[in-house]
Amino acid sequence: MTERYSALALARHALTGAPWPRAWRRADPRAHYDVVIIGGGGHGLATAYYLAKNHHVNRVAVLERAVIGSGNVGRNTTLVRSNYQLDGNTQFFEHSLRLWEGLSHELNFNVMLSQRGQVVLAHGPSQLDVLARKGNVMRLNGIDAELLDRGEVERLLPYLDFSAQSRFPIYGGLLQRRAGTVRHDAVAWGYARAADELGVDIIENCEVTGFLRDHDRVIGVETTRGRIGADRTAISVAGHTSQVAALAGLRVPVESHLLQAFVTEPIKPFVDHVISFGAELFYLSQSDKGGLVFGGHIDGFNSYTQRGQFPQVQTVAECAVALIPSISRLRLLRHWAGIQDMTPDGSPFIGRTPLRDLYLNGGWCYQGFKATPAAGWCFAHTIAHGEVHPLIEHFSLERFLDGNGYDEYGLGLWTYRQ
Amino acid sequence: MLRIPCPHCGERDYTEFRYGGDASKTRPAHADRDLRAWHDHVFVFSNPRGPHREYWQHVLGCRQWLILERDTATNAVGTARLARDGAGA
Repeated sequence: MTERYSALALARHALTGAPWPRAWRRADPRAHYDVVIIGGGGHGLATAYYLAKNHHVNRVAVLERAVIGSGNVGRNTTLVRSNYQLDGNTQFFEHSLRLWEGLSHELNFNVMLSQRGQVVLAHGPSQLDVLARKGNVMRLNGIDAELLDRGEVERLLPYLDFSAQSRFPIYGGLLQRRAGTVRHDAVAWGYARAADELGVDIIENCEVTGFLRDHDRVIGVETTRGRIGADRTAISVAGHTSQVAALAGLRVPVESHLLQAFVTEPIKPFVDHVISFGAELFYLSQSDKGGLVFGGHIDGFNSYTQRGQFPQVQTVAECAVALIPSISRLRLLRHWAGIQDMTPDGSPFIGRTPLRDLYLNGGWCYQGFKATPAAGWCFAHTIAHGEVHPLIEHFSLERFLDGNGYDEYGLGLWTYRQ
Repeated sequence: MLRIPCPHCGERDYTEFRYGGDASKTRPAHADRDLRAWHDHVFVFSNPRGPHREYWQHVLGCRQWLILERDTATNAVGTARLARDGAGA
């Protein structure tokens, strides 16, 4: 039985020196489950938790090839926000943000949500018009959004380049105060612990090597730890979606690309918000340890190497200095790359597959982390009831066949240009 | 840095090139009315972890379209040939 985390428990352990119990059991696979989820990342664990919590499906297993949280849930830049303007995205990501807001209490695990606010910058009048439209869409959906003019941005973020020589003059910005950051590892651990308490088996070091089939129906998986039967099977493996889907004979509209992230050496508190540059895909925030966290664009060609290309490092550094000249002498401490499942329109696939009782959640592009709670919530509903949750209807695997590409940023249907 | 051996210009940084995607797909016949075949051609990817044949255009060089062999698990680069010579599928 999991011990409840509280100030009282903390004091008791501090005084008695009693060791803390394991946060989740080391489960061995059983012969059969109601639902088997492939992938012990944020989405897989959240799906397992909501299956047990919301739908009382308790015989659930999460199979993870390595250890939980070792993939993209620990490789992202930890941002959460709901400033999307396509109908469907707006409501989905707002649902996610509302779940983030209650998550620490829900899971009895401090995920350290910090709603420090995100400012998206405009560097020209037409860009500010676009942001005004987005802000209006958000407000019509009951989401907080404030349009800022140049003076208001300067009062909020005085350290940006407001000089006459600035390469990209700042015209204004859009502020969502409820946006912010979350401690990403805690999301994996919190969902794992809460799901385990509801009876979910979390099975690590268990790689899926094939699917068990009965004609067009999937009835379980072959793994490195033996055969596991399942009434329903769900794939939630981010950058390796194509490989796992291929084991079931499916080809999907996903290509795996590298996305890099960066942390500078730590400095005193300086950047109090999340700031998105408007002239390139670049954004930053400051971590609790003091490092500035930078995010940028994908490298531009498909790869599984988890080692980013140097020109992207250079672009990100140039963006950082163009935006905040005073950080030009900061050194980058480390950078890393995650394998990101890119789709032609930049939107995910979450729902059914052509095979009966096989469900897919993948293709999240840049949006996977912030979507974690809502994706788990809606995916669990879809698996439990066999029908797609209304919030994810537009994320169907078949949408291109119907001409319903779902392109939030209007970039066209190219995986490597999203 | 990924370096691409252009048949005209020699080995150059990949930043001189524009990526053009999977070159192993076969375009359906022009009169093909099968929507699924066109869908698969445009939107579906093999996305292999391993050998991959792909288009690159040398936009800052000879401007030719090339077909490059590259391993997506290691980024090891093989030969690049001119796409117009029919090296595509």
